[in-house]
Amino acid sequence: MSEIVRTVTRWIFAFIATYGVYLVAYGHLTPGGGFAGGVMLASGYVLLVLSRGAKEAEKSLGLRPAKALDSVGALLFLAIAVLGLVLGQGFFENFIQKSTPGEPLEILNAGIIPLCNIAIALKVMTSLFVVFVVMASVRFAGSGEELEYTSEEE
Amino acid sequence: MTSYLTFLLVFMIIAALAAVTMEDLLSAVISLGALGFAASIVFLMLKAPDVEIVKRIVEVLVLVLLVRATIRRDVETVSGTRDTFGMIAAAVLILLMSVFVIKVVGSLPEVGDSAMARNADAPSNHYLDKSLEETGAGNAVTGVLLDYRGYDTLGEATVLFAAVLGAVTLLRKRARRLPAGRAES
Repeated sequence: MSEIVRTVTRWIFAFIATYGVYLVAYGHLTPGGGFAGGVMLASGYVLLVLSRGAKEAEKSLGLRPAKALDSVGALLFLAIAVLGLVLGQGFFENFIQKSTPGEPLEILNAGIIPLCNIAIALKVMTSLFVVFVVMASVRFAGSGEELEYTSEEE
Repeated sequence: MTSYLTFLLVFMIIAALAAVTMEDLLSAVISLGALGFAASIVFLMLKAPDVEIVKRIVEVLVLVLLVRATIRRDVETVSGTRDTFGMIAAAVLILLMSVFVIKVVGSLPEVGDSAMARNADAPSNHYLDKSLEETGAGNAVTGVLLDYRGYDTLGEATVLFAAVLGAVTLLRKRARRLPAGRAES
């Protein structure tokens, strides 16, 4: 794409990423949360791939690290749930809030909920990004230009 | 507010019909996007900002994906008469569903009234009263999603994980070479 599109997307990406991180970080206080913030961040990376082409966008988020982060997010979420079983009384128990309740309506509050939000955001962001790249670069018979994403090398 | 809602719902129906009948695939995708954005505004008017945010952002991502998938593709066009039996079956099903929906809508509370007010010991009442105190989350929706109903959210994450695993496995470009001696079936 042209230089104008590249420059403008770089600026817009900053706003998209900021809003996405805000949705995740304040998910327990305002509307939003891990899923919405994750999709927001994923759409930011999709914008980068579309404007700069896959080769250059790979520098910010490649397919291989995205797949790895996808699993890390899922395992992190599960680990938080199991920690509730180990340190508290039940699966998914909010053990931090039970032992040290924070100030209501503060950002450092609500125990495991912000941590879960971060894990879900990581998971949703990378998995939707992987789905986009995989679906956009699939080869259809008779199609013209391809969006090559090469980090799948073994 | 009801008149705005009616306007938006009529707009959504028109957009859906346009998406089905449009000949150009790209125009159909764009009308589908218009339908989605109208739906997100409806969610906002019904005071569900959490759903609205997710709906709007997913809509953008899906629209980009669909445009990317439909643009510059050789699309096969089919001609000929429509399947009469299928159309009649669809019409009967829609009529049947409409009868049920109209019956159910009549028993719903007014827009803005809480549905669980009729049932004093519904869990929803407990969530609304105690979620700030018990979970510490100011946003009751997140409190329910990640504390009271964390198990459901885990299932949701698992579904997403399985979907991504399927997409990556089925749409891969490189296959592993079969070991020598094993013929491709």
